[in-house]
Amino acid sequence: MKLMNLTALVATTALVAPMAMAADMADEMTIVSWGGAYSKSQLKAYHEPYSEKTGVKIINDESSAEAVAKLRAMNEAGNVTWDVVDVVAADALRLCDEGLAMEIDPEEHLAAAPDGTSAEDDFGDLLVGDCFIPQIVYSTTFGYRTDLVGDNPPTDVCAVFDLETYPGKRALEKRPINNVEWALLCDGVAKEDVYDVLATEEGQEQALAKLDTIKDEVIWWSAGADTPQLLADGEIVMGSTYNGRLFSVIEEQKQPVAMLWDAQVFDLDGWIIPAGLSDERKARALDYIYFATDTQRLADQAKYISYGPARASSAPLVGQHADLGIDMAPHMPTDPENAKNTFLYNYEFWADYRDDIDAKFQAWLAK
Amino acid sequence: MALNTVQPQTPGFVAAVSAGAGALFGLFVGTAQGSGFIGIVIGAALLAALGFVLSGMREREKPLRWLITAGFLIAGLVLGGISAAIVGALFGWFAGWFIFWLATSRYRAHLAPYLTPGQVLWHYTFRVICGAIFVFLITPILVVMPLSFNAQDFFTFTPEMLRFDPAGYSMKHYEDFFSNSDWQNALWNSIKIAPMATLLSVGFGTLAAIGLSQPHVPFRRAIMAILISPMIVPLIISAAGMYFFYSRIGLQGTYFGVVLAHAALGIPFVIITVTATLVGFDRSLTRAAANMGAGPVTTFFRVQMPLILPGVISGGLFAFITSFDEVVVVLFVGSAGQKTLPWQMFTGLREQISPTILAVATILVAISILLLTTVEMLRRRSERLRGMSPS
Repeated sequence: MKLMNLTALVATTALVAPMAMAADMADEMTIVSWGGAYSKSQLKAYHEPYSEKTGVKIINDESSAEAVAKLRAMNEAGNVTWDVVDVVAADALRLCDEGLAMEIDPEEHLAAAPDGTSAEDDFGDLLVGDCFIPQIVYSTTFGYRTDLVGDNPPTDVCAVFDLETYPGKRALEKRPINNVEWALLCDGVAKEDVYDVLATEEGQEQALAKLDTIKDEVIWWSAGADTPQLLADGEIVMGSTYNGRLFSVIEEQKQPVAMLWDAQVFDLDGWIIPAGLSDERKARALDYIYFATDTQRLADQAKYISYGPARASSAPLVGQHADLGIDMAPHMPTDPENAKNTFLYNYEFWADYRDDIDAKFQAWLAK
Repeated sequence: MALNTVQPQTPGFVAAVSAGAGALFGLFVGTAQGSGFIGIVIGAALLAALGFVLSGMREREKPLRWLITAGFLIAGLVLGGISAAIVGALFGWFAGWFIFWLATSRYRAHLAPYLTPGQVLWHYTFRVICGAIFVFLITPILVVMPLSFNAQDFFTFTPEMLRFDPAGYSMKHYEDFFSNSDWQNALWNSIKIAPMATLLSVGFGTLAAIGLSQPHVPFRRAIMAILISPMIVPLIISAAGMYFFYSRIGLQGTYFGVVLAHAALGIPFVIITVTATLVGFDRSLTRAAANMGAGPVTTFFRVQMPLILPGVISGGLFAFITSFDEVVVVLFVGSAGQKTLPWQMFTGLREQISPTILAVATILVAISILLLTTVEMLRRRSERLRGMSPS
């Protein structure tokens, strides 16, 4: 089986690669991402080496937060100006469903691992949807002020709901996703039952009732930069945000903050190619993705930011931080020490229930 | 007796009013320290006691006021270091001045003697409200300035900053602004776009204003309303409309497209200011010029233009600021290649709260103040030229 895969792969790369090279490719491309430290890590790990290798001029747009809305508008106006777009998996699934993203076959368009494992096996379960090429695994988790928790630093996520031991404000994201899961988990629901319970009316009410116990002490955030700022200010005792942000607060800014990895929720971020590109631009975008998602490149990105590479074969190659010189492996959300108790963002559940629970959550917030 | 209402006040009155002022200050200090209520109580009690005692010692005002200032300064120094000492000294100075101002009835000295106590109270309440509005409008802008010299990467007054320790301050965010290629590209884009947009706005706007001020032009009001509409229609609507229109005709994501969009936004400002200047323009001058053989173009540049120039320039400055500050339209009409300063600030604020934004904000505030001062000076000059002010 493995051998067959391998021969098939060699055959396809041998066939496809020269064809792709032969086709005319655009010499300028617009890549859309999230901005900040994340865009910088992509610039260093992907854009600069790719420009050097091919001479392509890469323009960075920092519009990933509005990617879905903007791609819809571009499609309607018949003027797609983006070539490669970095989005979270949930957005990629929506764009794929609406026909705004191109389907990409990983076997045909992605590099195999150095040991010959096919791309499909190397990415494994992380290949969600037909249009999405995952790049990193990040997690949403909690950071807390070490100077505000006394001698009793929190070790599990239920500390968020424990106002007696950890008095003070906490920051939570202004949406139900993740918050309701944590609420149920801390209200005595077993981890494997969380989504079954959440699917019921009573379960949703139970989660909101649990959140109600801390509602007065919650500051709701909507941008990833909010919680780090609040932690640095000492305005909150703990707050949820993306693990890379917390890494930056702790290791780069040297703030008195520590990570609480318990019940962290994994999510994926990666590339899509918008539908409707001309042949030259499509060829260029595919060529870029082939380059940027190979084993070494994904491992390189982890030198600049503490997000885990999406390929299994990249994990052993993760080295030290480019500026700080510290080992990055222990800071990865996927490190075994950190990943003792984790969730994976439940794409299917949230695709079905998001609108409903969102409405209830917003109504509850306004109460 | 009847005319001289300026009499010393009773200790009870001084104590009560001082308590009110003390409560207001206590609210701010107390909130900053964690409990507004305790602050109110302490502030009110402190000033009431001081007011009660001091109103009996009016003759020794000078030394007593120095004493109070010094006392609060030392209390601040002991409780919270240098910054608290400064706040304390300011508060002590105010408390001393306020108590004696009340006790000696100086507060009535400049008011009409027949005012009732209620009217006097309203007179000062009104001023306090105006002052408060002013403070609430200005403070957010002022707070940004010291924070932009923060040595840390957060929007936080660190303990070092509050101690006025030089280690707590740095120019690194200004350095970042001048060395980071993202910010420099954004700055250059703004510098390339704003003057072009201003030039177009001033050209079209001035011509439109002159045309529309001719009495024989049909549908003047309707045309004026259409030209002014970019100022009235919500920006997001104009932006979305321009996006779809410019996409169809291939202007979306181009330098020229952004310039045109910004020019459209700037034109109303130019039309309004130039129309206002034209009201004071004497039309017999153009007839005189024509009588002496000058063509319309010569008349415009030699006679009319110099006289309406202040209006044109102030309109141009508004158009420039509109383009320089604009974020909504450029987000739609521009692409990453035309990223302007406000766009960069917008994404920067959302994705990564970095004090570089504060440094840029400080620079922009300084530029805005300069531009507005220029506008004001030009306005005064034009008033003087038209003989509207006595000087």
